[in-house]
Amino acid sequence: MAADASAPSLARRLSRPSPVSAVGLGLVALLLFWLLVNLIKTPGDFFDVLTIGFTTGCVYALIALGYTLVYGILELINFAHGDVFMLGGMFTITFATHLFGLHHGQGSVTILIVLATLLLTMGACGLLNVTIEFIAYRPLRHAPRLAPLITAIGVSFILQDIALAWKGPEYISSPDVFPRSSVFTIGGVEYTWRRLLVVLITVPVLLALVYLVQNTRQGKAMRATAQDRDAAAIMGINVNRTISFTFLIAGALAGAAGLLYAFYVQNIRFDAGFQLGLIAFTAAVLGGIGNLPGAVLGAIIIGLIQAFNEGLNWHAPGSDWTQSIVFSILILILVFRPEGLLGERTPEGG
Amino acid sequence: MTDVAAPPMRERRGLRERWHELPEQQRIGITIGAQIVVAILLYLLDSALGYALLTLSALYWLPRLPPLPWRLAAEVALVAVFLVFGPRAFAVVLAIAFAVFWVPARQRGTVIPVVAVFAVVLYPAFQSHMFTIPVFGVWPDTQTGVYMLAFMMMAVGLNIVVGYAGLLDLGYVAFYATGAYTAAWFTSLQFPHTTFHFGAVGIDPKLPGIHITVWLLLPLAGAVTALIGILIGLPTLRLRGDYLAIVTLGFGEILPQVARNSDNFLGTGFNLTNGPNGITPLDSMGFGHTISNATGGFLPANYLSCCSAKFLGHAVSYVDVFYWTAIVLLLITVFCSFRLQYSRLGRAWIAIREDETAAAAMGIPLMRTKTWAYASGAFFGGVAGAFYAVFKSSTFPGDFFFQISVFILCMVILGGMGNIWGVLVGAGFLAYLDREGLANTGAWINSNIHVGSHHPNIDVDLYKPGIYGLIILIVMLFRPEGLIPSKRRAAELHEGVHDEPLYDIAHGAYDEVGGVEA
Repeated sequence: MAADASAPSLARRLSRPSPVSAVGLGLVALLLFWLLVNLIKTPGDFFDVLTIGFTTGCVYALIALGYTLVYGILELINFAHGDVFMLGGMFTITFATHLFGLHHGQGSVTILIVLATLLLTMGACGLLNVTIEFIAYRPLRHAPRLAPLITAIGVSFILQDIALAWKGPEYISSPDVFPRSSVFTIGGVEYTWRRLLVVLITVPVLLALVYLVQNTRQGKAMRATAQDRDAAAIMGINVNRTISFTFLIAGALAGAAGLLYAFYVQNIRFDAGFQLGLIAFTAAVLGGIGNLPGAVLGAIIIGLIQAFNEGLNWHAPGSDWTQSIVFSILILILVFRPEGLLGERTPEGG
Repeated sequence: MTDVAAPPMRERRGLRERWHELPEQQRIGITIGAQIVVAILLYLLDSALGYALLTLSALYWLPRLPPLPWRLAAEVALVAVFLVFGPRAFAVVLAIAFAVFWVPARQRGTVIPVVAVFAVVLYPAFQSHMFTIPVFGVWPDTQTGVYMLAFMMMAVGLNIVVGYAGLLDLGYVAFYATGAYTAAWFTSLQFPHTTFHFGAVGIDPKLPGIHITVWLLLPLAGAVTALIGILIGLPTLRLRGDYLAIVTLGFGEILPQVARNSDNFLGTGFNLTNGPNGITPLDSMGFGHTISNATGGFLPANYLSCCSAKFLGHAVSYVDVFYWTAIVLLLITVFCSFRLQYSRLGRAWIAIREDETAAAAMGIPLMRTKTWAYASGAFFGGVAGAFYAVFKSSTFPGDFFFQISVFILCMVILGGMGNIWGVLVGAGFLAYLDREGLANTGAWINSNIHVGSHHPNIDVDLYKPGIYGLIILIVMLFRPEGLIPSKRRAAELHEGVHDEPLYDIAHGAYDEVGGVEA
């Protein structure tokens, strides 16, 4: 069905840009012009903001991958995913401070503790996500598609309440363990270790994910189930187990993102997951939902746009408007290019 | 829940079959016995709870008893028992229930709504005489009544979008906000450089700002909101299903943020919404002196400076007048909603909901029909928002959260998507819970339940979203068609509709193969 719908429209698009895409290109050109002016006016700020955006983009990428994995296999927008990420942050703080007694200035033990916390958090969030799938989504496997979406919203609120009951309504803070010393300096702008550490933790996780999806038997089963559940079942793949496994992976990624957020931003509250989850979902749509490299690309773009909006001086709307801007991007993408930057055209978008 | 049930349902079905194999008398006996035991246990916990369960059991069993002489005897006995022992009010409730049972089934469809409307209209007069509901506490006051009615209107509006047309709208709060802000712009001092008066009551005619009468404002707010609905709908309604849900959610987040940041609109220095401080006060409602005098004071000139009248021994306050106005607005909404449901447009909505492709093939213009659904739903949301803003006499950006969208959606889902009665019941109940019920319940739990030696001290207000989430989850898992379902919608939810993948159509075959290990 997707192929039928895409063939003529793709051809039309290649031959002559429609007025809709011309407007879209115009908007992108305007954005680039704004960035260029800012670069010329305040190059130092620009690079600083660039690195901030890249760092937050890495955190968003981990969350966005969870959305995209689940959407790829179930065609479900897992609203609760952002809250799993938030709980990941809370798990991190609990494990690190209460279980391992992490605090500022412990030297090299810190690295070990952070790694152990990372593994524990990823495991806990993965299991949490599998449980959610089992309780809330699996019984609705045969219901109309909107039913699990509505359930997911319910689960999201329940998870927020769990965090509220567990940690209370105030922000909770994590120990200051990511060092603030600079790695290198360009033109008076420091690139600090804490920003580099986020990237250093994200990249191996992403590589492991790519290996898992591309090279393992389970990854092959995931890709097969995502393409065609019936055919996968006929080929002897246990579809339900594969879906559970996908939720495990998505949850683990959210857990890793939670750890990075907890240590990098250093405070987290019960409602942090909802907003960040929606931003990450926008990133996934921007890159093309269901497409793994697209999610990472989209997340980095969204991270950069957010940082530029909040950090630049020349005609930046500021953090009051971040949410509106991110959602406007979401709406513009769905209107102008529903398949995302790297995705395939789907009947939903057509 | 027939053959579509998921695998875990199988064991439960086994139990159910064994239960049905028992002889009928035995089943009735066990059920009544169990109910009495539970009632006694509850009585030990709180006497009122025990009474409540006994009443419910009686109501459940009475229509199932053999006809007239027996039933009559049982009913008279029950009334007598409650008159002597139980609170007087239980007897009243029972008497009403019996009256309902005695109405022949054919007339119930008309008699029950009429009686319900009368009861609701008379409610302010006997609210203070009502008994205390166990756990939930006192009956809601009229102020809560206005809140409930406003949200019932919004739920009926959302039901047009979600229930009739099947478009999931997660940003309904945007329409509520639009209505409320339209009301605020046209009835306050927000624009001090313009002076425009048209029939506004209770203010100095030289007061700056735009002041128009609320009777003109309500349709105006509806129209503005419908326009916003069309503007939102035109680019997005060609998306399907969950994509549309996300886009509406986006609009639901953007509009309140615009409201919060527009005290300096787009950097022009123009104060559009007064930012986080909101717009307050708003003009009052009223009919003006001419109409008021012409009707002999029956229609008040100005709600806020009203009333000296007595109604069935109850001193009428201005809240009561707002309450009765809300009832009239709700009745109009329900009437329109009913007429729309069976109109050509309404049937087109249902066709689109059930199978978009087939509907398009039958010549239904998809975009136009969907946009109309959006506009109609938005219209009622806007009117309700404007009315509620006038009642509160304020509009704050903090009133419009995503949680409100989900709250209204929760009303529609709980009551039964597509069924107006269900939506009204769901909306009324949830709005009551939100305003009074949950707080009362929390207070009851905190004072009556002991964890160890101390009270749990739960702040129920804090956990509201999660409670709604839980309601959504439970309803979607166990009764996706809602409490009072529309037959057609229930069939769709159980048998599935067009937008499911092939996998679901072939799920019978899949269940056979699904167990094989990878």
